Amino acid sequence: MAPGGGDVNLFAEAIAYLLDPASWTGAGSIGLRILEHLAFSGAVLLVAAAIGVPAGVLIGHTGRGRGLVIALTSGARAIPTLGLLTIFGLLLGIGIEAPFLALVVLALPPVLAGAYAGVESVDRLVIGGARAIGMTERQILTGVELPLASPVLIGGLRSAALQVISTATLAAYISDTGLGRLIFAGLKTRDYGVMLAGSLLVALLALVVELLFQAAQSAASRRAEPISTPRTTGRARASERNP
Amino acid sequence: MTTPIRRAGVALAALGTAGAVLVGCSSADPLEETPTTAPSGSGESTTLVVGSQDYYSNEIIAELYAQGLEDAGYTIDRQLRIGQREVYLPEIEAGSIDLFPEYTGPLLQVWAEEPEERESDEVYAALTEAAPEGITILDQAPATDQDSYVVTRAFAEEHDLTTVADLANVDVPLTMGANSEAETRPNGPQGLADVYGVEVGFTPIEDGGGPLTVRALQDGDVQLAILYTAQPEIAENDLVVLEDTEGLFLASNVVPVASDRVDEEAQAVVNEISAALTSEELIELNRRSTVDQSPAADIAASWLEEQGLVG
Repeated sequence: MAPGGGDVNLFAEAIAYLLDPASWTGAGSIGLRILEHLAFSGAVLLVAAAIGVPAGVLIGHTGRGRGLVIALTSGARAIPTLGLLTIFGLLLGIGIEAPFLALVVLALPPVLAGAYAGVESVDRLVIGGARAIGMTERQILTGVELPLASPVLIGGLRSAALQVISTATLAAYISDTGLGRLIFAGLKTRDYGVMLAGSLLVALLALVVELLFQAAQSAASRRAEPISTPRTTGRARASERNP
Repeated sequence: MTTPIRRAGVALAALGTAGAVLVGCSSADPLEETPTTAPSGSGESTTLVVGSQDYYSNEIIAELYAQGLEDAGYTIDRQLRIGQREVYLPEIEAGSIDLFPEYTGPLLQVWAEEPEERESDEVYAALTEAAPEGITILDQAPATDQDSYVVTRAFAEEHDLTTVADLANVDVPLTMGANSEAETRPNGPQGLADVYGVEVGFTPIEDGGGPLTVRALQDGDVQLAILYTAQPEIAENDLVVLEDTEGLFLASNVVPVASDRVDEEAQAVVNEISAALTSEELIELNRRSTVDQSPAADIAASWLEEQGLVG
């Protein structure tokens, strides 16, 4: 048990918990929690991408439903995930289904916005040029718009991934899943070392995934704008040329 | 790179909002303004700090104390819904909180190692013995609100269950649903295995025996759950409380825990409230919260009036 008082070094407790081999074995081991957390977050992101990317690309390509997307994405951001989770929980029962759905709702707006904004921002002259040399709509979409949109599109996924990984802790509210278990258990029994350990792991996961997405985004930028340096955006470079 | 760091920080803050509140309270910050010595003059001018657990029923009882004392001329500083016992108990022991509704059994389990007592009066007597210096245990109320294992009526009939011991005869795997702290406390799967020899799995449902827990029972996601006996959900959903023949759960009467600053006059006010608080009354108070959705302060005010305890 954690002794009372404010002079306890929680970080030392958290590190000690993380380094304790016993924490890494058994049914609720840290390794298992990390895997659960990543698998759960990854599945949420996949589903959100499967819905959000095609929908966003279509809207960006056709320009139809733009107002709807803007209203939807900004409105959805205001939904409190815990409240949504409770409602889904009452409808679906306990288990990972309710947090899964709640997190898909959380992840959809940034994915949708990224896909839509990415396609939308492609220079109309480029698309016009592609059409003029006889490319079909499908070819324009896959050969021109998508590669040029990919840095922004991946940015949307990146933003969604961060939110999902950090909010996936709520899965533990009604299921035996993920790093949230450490946080809830630590919180409720005042074992703040364990709680902090769980929080640190979530932050670490979020950072690692963020770095991976950043690398993917840079690669996509290099592909979209081969001449520019990775740090210069296409728009900035264009304005340098044509002041 | 500031974005990910800030995001992670926001996320931590979001998921630990309750945590931050708890930490804030336990660091004594909000309570620091409380004068350590009573202001000079009569009890009339004394400010008493009344606290409560983060449990709606406990908050209602704290409101009963607070409004009863206000009616008697005391000034009350409310520090309600502080959190779990692990958080607020050190504050009571340190004298930062003057009055707190507690439950005899669980509190005795904190202050005494593996207490033998199970009956209401025995537990109360042992509790007054075990209370640390500077803490007065006032009269316990007839109302009990204790942990219990509940199952659905259908499950009880299917497996012929009336006591917790009957769980040993159930031939399907059992999973218990409860707040995650039950996993490490004596009322959870470990206690069930130690006292009754019944092995069960565990699923955390962090709503304290609320609607999600009831839903999980009805769905069969969990077969038994921990609910408090004063929760109206038990009767409303036709749940069956399994009789605790081996005394896994201690008797758990509502009992006010007071500091030295609660003088005799204030003690008398609180004792009068406790005397009127029966189990039936407590369930009714809880029902007004869970079913009628009334705020704790309103529920307390109308009840005190009905009972003729104020005015």
